[in-house]
Amino acid sequence: MAMPANFGFGEEEQMLRDAARKFFADNLPSDRLHRLVAAPGVAGAERWDPGLWEQMAALGWTGIAVPERCGGVGMPVVAAVALAEEAGRAGLPAPLVGTLQASRLLVGCASAAADAALGDIVAGQAVALAITDARGAWRGDACELVWQDGTVTGTAPWVQDATKCAAFVVKARGPAGAGLYLVRAGAPGVTIVPDAIVDLTRDQGSLVLAGAAAIELVASGGAAAVVAEAEAALFIFVAADLCGAAEWLLQTTAEYARVRQQFDRPIGFFQAVKHPLVDVMMSIDLARSHLYNAACAIDHEPERALRAAHMAKAAAADAARFGASRAVQLHGGIGFTWECYVQLYFKRQLHNEALFGDGDWHRARLGAMLIDTAAA
Amino acid sequence: MSEPNRKDSPEQTQFREHCRAWLAANLPPESPVRLPQSALEIMTREQLDYLQTWQKSAYEAGLVGSDYPVEHGGAGRTDCQRIANEEMQRSGTPYFPNIIGLGMAAPTVFYHGSDALKCQLLPKLLSGEEIWCQGFSEPGAGSDLASVQTFAERRGDRWVINGHKVWTSLAHFASWMILLARTDKSSKYDGLTYFVVPIRAALGKGVSVRPLIKMTGETGFNEVIFEDLEIDDALRLDAVGKGWTVAMTTLAHERGAGILVTPQAGGSRLGDAGLVPVLVALARESWRQGQCAADDPVIRSRLAELAVREEGFRLNLKRARIAGLTDHPMRLVLQYKLLMSEIAQEAGRLGMDIAGAAGSLYVSDPAAPQAGRWPLAYMNSFGFTIAAGTSEVQRNILGERVLGLAKSK
Repeated sequence: MAMPANFGFGEEEQMLRDAARKFFADNLPSDRLHRLVAAPGVAGAERWDPGLWEQMAALGWTGIAVPERCGGVGMPVVAAVALAEEAGRAGLPAPLVGTLQASRLLVGCASAAADAALGDIVAGQAVALAITDARGAWRGDACELVWQDGTVTGTAPWVQDATKCAAFVVKARGPAGAGLYLVRAGAPGVTIVPDAIVDLTRDQGSLVLAGAAAIELVASGGAAAVVAEAEAALFIFVAADLCGAAEWLLQTTAEYARVRQQFDRPIGFFQAVKHPLVDVMMSIDLARSHLYNAACAIDHEPERALRAAHMAKAAAADAARFGASRAVQLHGGIGFTWECYVQLYFKRQLHNEALFGDGDWHRARLGAMLIDTAAA
Repeated sequence: MSEPNRKDSPEQTQFREHCRAWLAANLPPESPVRLPQSALEIMTREQLDYLQTWQKSAYEAGLVGSDYPVEHGGAGRTDCQRIANEEMQRSGTPYFPNIIGLGMAAPTVFYHGSDALKCQLLPKLLSGEEIWCQGFSEPGAGSDLASVQTFAERRGDRWVINGHKVWTSLAHFASWMILLARTDKSSKYDGLTYFVVPIRAALGKGVSVRPLIKMTGETGFNEVIFEDLEIDDALRLDAVGKGWTVAMTTLAHERGAGILVTPQAGGSRLGDAGLVPVLVALARESWRQGQCAADDPVIRSRLAELAVREEGFRLNLKRARIAGLTDHPMRLVLQYKLLMSEIAQEAGRLGMDIAGAAGSLYVSDPAAPQAGRWPLAYMNSFGFTIAAGTSEVQRNILGERVLGLAKSK
C-alpha cells in the first residue's frame, strides 16, 4: 500500500482538529485548568471534570479510533493523533491517551469480547492499560498478574489515569503464557492504590486484583503478539500528547518573550532568548512530521509503522524535554512558581516522556533496527 | 519523501514516466576525474566539462527548467520540476554545475528581468552552457548584507562599477554574475540596485578574479575586483533603488523558500537512502579503542539520532505541502536551509567519530576510511552553515517572522 501524499489528513481530519481546538479553548482555558488541578486541597482523584469527558464522548471523540462495526467513528489513526495533540495542547486532565491506546489494542484482539469493550468506549467508558510489569516491561510475557479459572490476581503497576477509568485491559499469565483480559473498576476484588506522581493533570496507580472477574479478550499465550502489533499505536498517542503540550509551551513562551520588557526591550529581541525558542520550534516540527508519518504508516503501511513510531516518540520526547526546560528558564522567576501555568505542562511532559520509553530507549531500539538487521 | 505522489496531475504522471524512462537509458557514466562533494568546490576544467555535459543532456530531455516558459528556454510545464528532482534523486545522478544560476539567478531574472533579458540569459543558464556566480558578500558586508559598498555610478545609459566581492563560488568559470551594488550612499536599503554582469567577457578589462583557498585545501571560491567596469543599463533588474527587494527573491530561493522549484540532482549518487546507511557500513568496519564502532552504544544512539533528523527533514518537506498541518505558511520552509546544513554538519562529524583513530585520515591518504569523505564533508559543511545567511541569521529570521519576536537588527 502506498502512503498518501497528505498523510491521510484530509478535510474531515482538518474539521475534527479545528473543532477540538475550539472545544478545548472554550471549555478548558489555562486558568480553568489551573483551578481544576492545582487549587489547594484538591485530591488526585478529583483533579478533572468528568462532565467534559462525557461531552467528548457525546461528540464521538472517545470512539474516534474505534471501527464503525463497533459503533465508532472509524476515522484514520492520523485523526486520533490530531485529537490527542489538541488534548495535549489543552493539558486535558482525562484518560484520553490511555483510551485511544486501549482502542487500538482491543481492535487487534479481534474477539467478540474486545468488540463489546470497544462499544463501551464509544459510549463513553474510559479504559486504561495494565500491561506493564514492575520493571517497566510490556513486551513478551512480561506481567505481574496471574489468570486462573476466569479470575485475575496480583498487582499491576503504572496504570495511567487509573482512578478515572471504568475498565482495564490487563495482561495476565495463564497456562500457555500471557493473555489479555478485561477487568471492570469497582468489581469485587478490584482495588486501586494511587501513586503520588509529579504530573497534576494525570493520575497513576497500581491495580491490585484479588480474584477479580476477568473477561477473556485474548486467550493465554496470545497477548505478546497482539501487544507487539499495537506497539506503534501505544507510542504515537503519547507522542501526540507530547507534541501538543510542547506547542503550548512554545507559543506561551514566545508570547511572554514578545511582551516581557527588560533593558527597555521585549526580551525576544535578545538572541539568547530568540535562538533557543527557534530551536524548540524546529525540534517540535521534526517530531510532528514523524508523528503524522507514523500514524499514516499504521493505516497504510503497517510493516513500516514500528520504526516510524520509534522515530516519532524519540523526536517528541526530546522536543518535549528541551521545550519544557526552555519554557521555565525563559519565563524567569514567574516560571518557577506554582501560580504560573507553565508548571502544569512542564510536569505533564516529565511524565509523558517516560511513558512507553524515553528518547534514549527509542534510539536504542532504532539503533538495533538500523545496524543489527539486514533489512534496515 | 520522494515516493510517487498519489495526487500527480495527468501531466505530472506522464512526465514522471518520461523522466524514469530517460534516466534509465541516459544515466551518465562515472566521472573520469574525481568530483568534489558539491558544485561549489569545482576546481578543474575536466570536472566542469563532465558536469556541464550532464546538465546539458538533462536540460535537453526537459529535466532542467521544466516549469520555465518555452520562450525563455524552459519546457513550459506546470509543477513538474519537483517530479524531475524526485526522479533524479532516486536515480542517484550527479549534481548540476550551474548551481548558483539554477537556484538563484534564474528565479531572480525571471521575476525581475526584462523580457529581452529573460530570452537572452535563461536558455544558456538552464542548459549550463553559461555558468553563473553571485556577487553579494564583501569584506565589510557579511551577515549585514545591506551594507555593501561596491558602487555603481550612473553615466547616461551606462553604469561604472567599482568594488570588491568575496566568497564568490564559481567566479573562475562564470560567464555572468548577479550583482548587488550601491547606487546611493545616503540610504542603506533603498540605495541598492541589482544588475547582471558579464564578468567573463570583462576579465582583464575592469574585472579580476582571484582564487581563495578553503580550509579543506580546495579552491572553488574567489574574490572579484571591479575597477571602472562599464555595463549597459539594460543589464539592470527592476528599478534603481529596488536592489534589496530583488535580493530577497534571490535569497528566498537560495534558502529553499522561494516560489520556483530549483532543478536539483542527486549529487552524491546516494539515491533515496541518505547518509545513514553509508555511516552504518562505516561503523561495521571501524574500530574505536579496540571495539567495533557498530557495537558502541553511544555511536549507535547518535546514528539513530541522525536517522531521525535526516528522515524528519524529508518528512518536513512533505508536510510543508499540507496547509492543514503547517500552522504558519513560512514555518517549515524557512527551516529548510538551517536544518539541512546542520544535519550535514552532524553527519560529517559523526563519520569522523565513528572511524576513531582513522577519522582524521584525509582524502590524500590511501588508507582513509571511505576515501576521507567525512573530514572533508565536516569541514565543507561550515560553508553551508555560513553561506546564504548564517545559521544565526536564519534563527533571527525564524524567530522574527514565525514567532513574532522583536527584530534583532
